[in-house]
Amino acid sequence: MVADAQAIAFSGAAPAIRARGVTKRFGALVAVDHVDLTVPKASVYGFLGPNGSGKSTTIRMLCGLLTPNEGAIEVLGLRIPEQAEALRLRIGYMTQKFSLFEDLTVRENLEFLAAVQGLDRTRAKQRIDELVEAYDFADRQKQLAGTMSGGQKQRLALAGAVIHKPELLFLDEPTSAVDPESRRDFWEKLFDLADAGTTLLVSTHYMDEAERCHRIAILDHGHLVADGSPDELTRALDGRSFEVHASEPRRAQRALVGLDGVLSVAQIGNQLRVLVREGVAADASLAQALRQAGVDADVAASMPNLEDVFVSATHGAKAAMGKGA
Amino acid sequence: MKWGRLWAVMLKELRQMRRDRVTLVMIVGIPVLQLLLFGYAINMNLRGLGAGIADQANSAGSRALVMDMLATGVIRPTLTVDTPQQLMEALRRGEISVGVVVPPDFERRRLDGREAVQVLVDGSDSVVQSAAVQIAQTPLDGSRALVAGTGAREVTPQQIGIVSFYNPERRSAVNIVPGLIGVILTMTMVMFTAIAIVRERERGNMELLIATPVSSGELMIGKVLPYVAIGLVQVTLVLALGSWLFQVPIRGSLADVYVASLLLVVCNLSLGLMLSTLAKSQFQAMQMTMFVFLPSMLLSGFMFPFAGMPQIVQWFAEVLPLTHFLRLVRGIMLRGADIGELWPEVAAMAAFTAVMMTVAILRFRKRLD
Repeated sequence: MVADAQAIAFSGAAPAIRARGVTKRFGALVAVDHVDLTVPKASVYGFLGPNGSGKSTTIRMLCGLLTPNEGAIEVLGLRIPEQAEALRLRIGYMTQKFSLFEDLTVRENLEFLAAVQGLDRTRAKQRIDELVEAYDFADRQKQLAGTMSGGQKQRLALAGAVIHKPELLFLDEPTSAVDPESRRDFWEKLFDLADAGTTLLVSTHYMDEAERCHRIAILDHGHLVADGSPDELTRALDGRSFEVHASEPRRAQRALVGLDGVLSVAQIGNQLRVLVREGVAADASLAQALRQAGVDADVAASMPNLEDVFVSATHGAKAAMGKGA
Repeated sequence: MKWGRLWAVMLKELRQMRRDRVTLVMIVGIPVLQLLLFGYAINMNLRGLGAGIADQANSAGSRALVMDMLATGVIRPTLTVDTPQQLMEALRRGEISVGVVVPPDFERRRLDGREAVQVLVDGSDSVVQSAAVQIAQTPLDGSRALVAGTGAREVTPQQIGIVSFYNPERRSAVNIVPGLIGVILTMTMVMFTAIAIVRERERGNMELLIATPVSSGELMIGKVLPYVAIGLVQVTLVLALGSWLFQVPIRGSLADVYVASLLLVVCNLSLGLMLSTLAKSQFQAMQMTMFVFLPSMLLSGFMFPFAGMPQIVQWFAEVLPLTHFLRLVRGIMLRGADIGELWPEVAAMAAFTAVMMTVAILRFRKRLD
């Protein structure tokens, strides 16, 4: 909990979210299994995990839309789900699927949300004008939301989610239907919000997005398998990641897959990226295996990246790296 | 309950409605279409109904009587058979709408003053039934031409008996139109609201809405109020067309008619909301609407007389808002009754609304599980 302590000390406040032993079952399926989370204020916290890993379910429990079977949740000092109504005034929630009204215009959608969030007429108008300007909808105010592109819809959804200036913003895979350039713009907006003091919890399955977060948590089959800053998590893998340059990468791959201690072998262009289990003297054994197979290849240590962290955490869940962080 | 939020939900509904062409067309189309269909089918002066004749007497008098019946133009002969059984079969198969049976002892019966002729009628069509009544007015002794001139002897009406199949009671346009207000409101109001909420769930809007501070009550009532206005527009449409096209009288006060209609609208909207908390998809919502609509149409007294139904069905029908509305609106429009005299119906509808609305708001949770 060293990193938590630092983050909390840095922001000088209690964490925005504290969850302990949170569990959600749907019938026999355990969607979220005893997850502990601490999200410091004014930071961007990433939720990384494959589809069906329990990211959405966790987010829904944190905003009080689902009731956990076990565990305790405290969000912005409120007990959830008991005090969920009070929390709703202070959070914004951007759903995975576009959930604004496609048959209302940009401005009508924002007007509706402003009124529902309890803004009075003058404040609502002022705030909507502000958002229309900041989110670049000046010439699209009268366009129906349903006719906009994926990126524009996401921007509108974000504008809608922050209309009441929430302290905490949940975003469930906000960029899954968006082109790379829109994604970059979208993340700029998220950092603007974090700079202004908003806490953001973003789920994603893009590595490059996870890398941008101040902290990330990796979920796999409902388990929290890693938690820390991207830096900490990658550093923990030092000495376990290798690059193999070979003239026949496919053959080299066949020689390495299944080797004791090798977690994954991924081909990236003409080279292979190999991740090994902790405490394996891999350098030599990799080279030896390649020689035995008669493959001409160089093995070099490489800098671990978040993808390695993800593979190590989800493939080798038993190794439980990072769990103690 | 905050007015600002309630208003926001209403405004949103109205704006969405304005862009939903299908709903707009249905708001006006359903009442107009139903009124024209029901109204004209009932009001039309039917001529040329296919008729079967079984003249077992085959006497001069019987032949003259049949000729007199045909002379009205209401029926035309399409089938000539020997026995009443053959007529009943033809009637069942839908080959003829009316059958005329003249028994072998026609002359004796006529002289005795007993029932001398039977008119069999396919009563599943109320228009046909009224036609049969008209035919049964034919004098037995060929005095039709003489009635005016000589004041021929009176014909005992029982001498031509009407046997109606499939539908025991005759209905008229005047009776149908007030009931039609209720039927239209039951169909459209339940459906619109049931779909309105399920649609938001299907499109994913609901997940956003329940994560905001809007309360269940604000959401439910805000969604329902715009439809109340639409319901009243439909009532006006049916009343105006009914009096213009079919001269349906409004003998009681017009305000009472609107109060009664408003009650039914609110009943149906709260029922629709309740259904929407049960339905998982728009399709299910439609099915549930039909599930309520059919018994309402059949058991409320709109199609068949209430008094003719078995006791147990009557008890069930008492639960349906349309049953109470029909008593109210027929009382007001046709018998000139005051809504105060019919207070038990008003109370029943108010109770129905209160129960449905409570169940709907309780069942609607701001949760996903």
